[in-house]
Amino acid sequence: MTVDLANLSVPGPTANSLTAPFWQAAEAGRLMIQRCCACDKWVFYPRAICPHCWADALEWQTASGKGRLKSFSVIWKPGHPGWIAATPYVVGLVELAEGPTMLSHILVQANDVAVGDPLSFASTNIGGRILPCFAREAT
Amino acid sequence: MRHLMPNVAISGIGELKPQRRTDGVNTMDLLLRVSAEAARDAGLRPSDIDGLLVGPQVGETPQHVPAAVAEYFGMQPTMANVVDLGGASGPGMIWRAAAAIAAGQCETVLCVLGNHRNPTEPRSPNRNPAREFDTPFGASGANTSYALLMQAHMAAYGCSAADYAQIAAGARANAQLNPMAIFHGKPADIEEILASPMVASPLHLLEIVMPVAGGEAVIVTTVDRALRGPHRPVELWGAGEKVTHRAVSQAPSLTSGPLKPAIARALGQAQLTIRDIDFLSLYDCYTIMVAATIEDAGLCAPGQFANWLRENGGMGPEARQPINTHGGQLGFGQPDLAGGMTHVVEAVRQLRGQAAGRQIRNCMSALVTGNGATMSEAVALVLGVQA
Repeated sequence: MTVDLANLSVPGPTANSLTAPFWQAAEAGRLMIQRCCACDKWVFYPRAICPHCWADALEWQTASGKGRLKSFSVIWKPGHPGWIAATPYVVGLVELAEGPTMLSHILVQANDVAVGDPLSFASTNIGGRILPCFAREAT
Repeated sequence: MRHLMPNVAISGIGELKPQRRTDGVNTMDLLLRVSAEAARDAGLRPSDIDGLLVGPQVGETPQHVPAAVAEYFGMQPTMANVVDLGGASGPGMIWRAAAAIAAGQCETVLCVLGNHRNPTEPRSPNRNPAREFDTPFGASGANTSYALLMQAHMAAYGCSAADYAQIAAGARANAQLNPMAIFHGKPADIEEILASPMVASPLHLLEIVMPVAGGEAVIVTTVDRALRGPHRPVELWGAGEKVTHRAVSQAPSLTSGPLKPAIARALGQAQLTIRDIDFLSLYDCYTIMVAATIEDAGLCAPGQFANWLRENGGMGPEARQPINTHGGQLGFGQPDLAGGMTHVVEAVRQLRGQAAGRQIRNCMSALVTGNGATMSEAVALVLGVQA
C-alpha cells in the first residue's frame, strides 16, 4: 500500500443519529462504543437498546482501544472500485479488549500480518473522513 | 424407513442452463419457464399447484413479490410467501412447503428461484449495518467475508492452501460429467487453482463461484400425490435451520457455522447418522464453505476435512460419500439465489436414479445444505427414497 488513503474516492459511513457518536468520536481520536448499564456488557455496533438483555440502558463509553486480530484478508480485488488504488491492503476482524468484534482497516504491510497480532486504535483519514482503524500495538 | 417429518415428497424439478450474460431478459420469464419445466416433470397442470414460495428481489419487483409472481404465472395460490435466507433459501423452501402442506393450507407447492444477468441492472440501495460498519474500511462483498472465515480456519488448524483447493478441483472434475455446467469442458487441477489470481487472501479466483443467470424450480407435494406422478417420490425425511448473524464481524464462531446444529436436527428427524448418507449435496459458494460443512456435519474432527476428503476418495460419483456430483456451484455456476436450489435438484436426480453419466450406485439418502450471507443462514435437509 503506497497510496495516501486520504485521497481515495470511496464510500463512507452511512451514519444516522443513533450511530453518529461512534463516528464523531473516531474523528476526535477516540474509540467509543456502547455499554449496557443493566447487564454490564459492551455492545458493537451501536443499538437503541441492549441486544444482550433488551434493556433501554445503553450509554457511550470510551473503549481501551486495544484489540487482537481474529482474522484478516489481504484485498487484491476490492468489492468497490474506489479501493483499487490502495491494493493490496489489509482488512481484519478486531476483537476489542472489551469483548465485541469489529471489522476495520488494518494499517500493516500485506506480508507482515498474522492472526493473533495485538492491535491498537489508530484514527486514520480514508477518503477525507477520519475513521477508526487499527495498527499493530507498539511493543 | 422411519422418520419424523410429515409425509411429503419432491415430485418435480426444473433447471435452466447457466448463462454468463443475458440481455434484457425478464426475471419473471425465467421463473415461469423453469416452473413450467418442473410442473411438466411432475406431471402436473398449473391448476394443480396451490402453494408458491419465491425468493426476494425478483428483478423488477422489490415488494409484494409472491403476488406479483403468482399474477404473472396465472396462479391463485392458497399459500404464498418469500423465503429470504440467501443461499439457504432453496432448501429453506422445501421444509416450509412441507409445513404448509402439513398445516392443511395447500397440497402442492412450487418452490422457484432464479435471476437474469443483464449488464445494466441497477443495484438496490443498502443501508444495513454491514454497509455502515464494514464497507467504509474497504471490506465489501462476500469475497472479503469468506476470506476472513478461511484465514481464521487456516490459522486455527494449520490447513494448507492446497487442502482447500482440492475442493475446487473436485468440483471442476464433477462438472466434466454434467453437460449443463458452466465449466463443462474446463477442468482445473489444484496447481491451476492455486495459480489463479488472489482475490482476497487466502481466496484464489478459482475458489469462488462464477455468477451466472439461471433458474431452478422444485415441486413439493404429498407422498400420495407424488406416487401418482411419473417419478419415484423423493421424500423429505428431516430438516434443520439456524440463523446466527448477518455481518461476519458478529459471527459467534469463525470456524464453525450454523449448519452444525441444522444438520444435527435434520439427521435427528430423519433418524439417520451422517455415516448413513449416500450423497452429500453441500452448498459451496467458496472452498472454505465445503471444508467447514464437512467438519460441521461430523464427518471428521475440526481441521481434518482434507484428510477426510482424501480417505473419501475425492468428491466424484465413485467416492465413498460423493459430494456435489453436478459440479457444485463451483463447477456448475451460481445462478444467484437459485444456486442453493441446484443442490436440491441434483439430490433429486441422484435419488431418482436419473443422474446419467454421474449416477451414484444405490443412492437412497442425501444431505442437502444451504448457506446464506456470511456462513450465517443455514438450512439442512435429509431427502430419501423408499427401498
